Amino acid sequence: MSPTSLSQEHPLGSTVVTAPPTTPAVEVSGLLKRYGSTVAVNGLDLRMDRGSVLALLGPNGAGKTTTVELCEGFKRPDSGTVRVLGLDPVRDGAELRARIGVMPQGGGAYPGVRTEEMLRLVAACAADPLDPAWLLETLGLAAARRTPYKRLSGGQQQRLSLACALVGRPELVFLDEPTAGLDPQARHLVWDLVRALRADGVGVLLTTHLMDEAETLADQVVIVDHGRVVASGSPQELTSSGSAEQQLRFRARPGMDTKLLVDALPENLEVDEVGPGSYVVAGCIDPQVVSTVTAWCAQQGVLAEELRVARRSLEDVFLELTGRELRS
Amino acid sequence: MSTFSPGAFAPAPGRGRLSRMLLAQARIETALALRNGEQVLLTLLIPLALLIGLTVLKIVPLSEPRVNEVTPRILALAVMSSAFTGQAIALGFDRRYGVLKRLAATAIPRWLLGAGRVLAALTIVAIQVVILGVVAALLGWQPAVTGVLWAIALVLLGTISFGALGVLLGGALRAEIVLAVANIVWFVLLLAGGIALPPSALPGGLGAIVELLPSGALAEGLHTVLTQGGPPGWQPVLVLIIWAAAAGGIATRTTRLT
Repeated sequence: MSPTSLSQEHPLGSTVVTAPPTTPAVEVSGLLKRYGSTVAVNGLDLRMDRGSVLALLGPNGAGKTTTVELCEGFKRPDSGTVRVLGLDPVRDGAELRARIGVMPQGGGAYPGVRTEEMLRLVAACAADPLDPAWLLETLGLAAARRTPYKRLSGGQQQRLSLACALVGRPELVFLDEPTAGLDPQARHLVWDLVRALRADGVGVLLTTHLMDEAETLADQVVIVDHGRVVASGSPQELTSSGSAEQQLRFRARPGMDTKLLVDALPENLEVDEVGPGSYVVAGCIDPQVVSTVTAWCAQQGVLAEELRVARRSLEDVFLELTGRELRS
Repeated sequence: MSTFSPGAFAPAPGRGRLSRMLLAQARIETALALRNGEQVLLTLLIPLALLIGLTVLKIVPLSEPRVNEVTPRILALAVMSSAFTGQAIALGFDRRYGVLKRLAATAIPRWLLGAGRVLAALTIVAIQVVILGVVAALLGWQPAVTGVLWAIALVLLGTISFGALGVLLGGALRAEIVLAVANIVWFVLLLAGGIALPPSALPGGLGAIVELLPSGALAEGLHTVLTQGGPPGWQPVLVLIIWAAAAGGIATRTTRLT
């Protein structure tokens, strides 16, 4: 459908003003949101390109959901600006909501509504929706299409919620913890969907606390904690910068004296037993280092198992930045 | 490896037709109310049982023909049951299950979300009035012809008034509390709010107070127009308008999506 025909069909007769495609999908600056004395979002900045996938990664209570809800226009910022597709989500909410798809955390439907009824209701809100029957089939909900919402499993409710976010053919979707409570098969299905959306030019902003999810899906990962951005960049950039560039990991007998190994290795390398029998050599790992380590193991009469060289994972970066203590 | 053909999700956003959204929402909410056993018990079975019981069994002293006295009060009960108690409970649990947020995230304008609920409530009331009216007619009910249009206007006004109160209650509190309060209020208003017994039958100065309640005003108004014909007088109309405006005004500030 061309933009012209869209504006002609607009029920109020007003013209749909499309912001120039050069404006970012999402642009947030200095965003601040308080709940009473708690600061949920504390001066957050964000920029997401059109048609890209951005993962907001952070521990529980980091401010991910609040940030997303500020972008969707559900909440009003205390200060700072939010622009989504060039629009103000509060002031231009009606116009914006016709262009985006939203998957709220924990889903949402009438308790007694049947799966297919709910999806058809949401489809009725869109000018040119996807075929609800096809979408239910795709998301593995065809067998549950007459099941009342409150009798669906958590994973089925999640998938219906995802279907509701996609059915209006949006140009940008917000997925708040799209894979929470899903089994591995369903999680991979969601990942395939996100990749298909990106390939079709749909922007995806998702929140997650799963590192592998952010690493495998996102063009840009934004790590938030205490309502602030603590790091952002492509997964590649995030994992290749920082103190420990590479690691050599192996398993062997616990409690080995690593002093001899440290002496045998170049000076800028560190050796650590991070768990019983789990050793990490961190620094610039070259073939000579690997050879030195295996030679030392041979000397000690032990077999080094699961020996591998790895870049540090996004999880390492994440824990480094957000700390290891448990969050409520 | 993606299993989706390229272009399956190619963006084509836009808002659907307002009339289509309104009908889709109102149809689902009507169907859900008619499918819910407890709602049907409250909105149809109890009013039907009371209509037949109070007409046939001479427990409460009433002037003959009894059905002419009973029917206007049962119509008031039906409106209170669906527009207030039913609406409040449904809204309380809809909020619990996140449907308001879900719908507010679509292209449905906020005002239309409210309009859809009103249309569903009016549809339920229309179904109640038709069923109760037919059963009452079978019991020999003969409404005053000159009062029928007034009765329809009062039922509309009562639906809006009780509906605003239902939204006020269901939109502000936790679902379980809404369930309890909505049922208690229903029971109290049925017995002492001018529905089962006319305000004049209540002891002391209670009758005058009860006529200022939406239940008393609607029951008395319907009783007047359907037994005597003609307009209901200004008091019941004014009472219903004031309750509607007050409850609606507060509800717009206190209703939460979740």
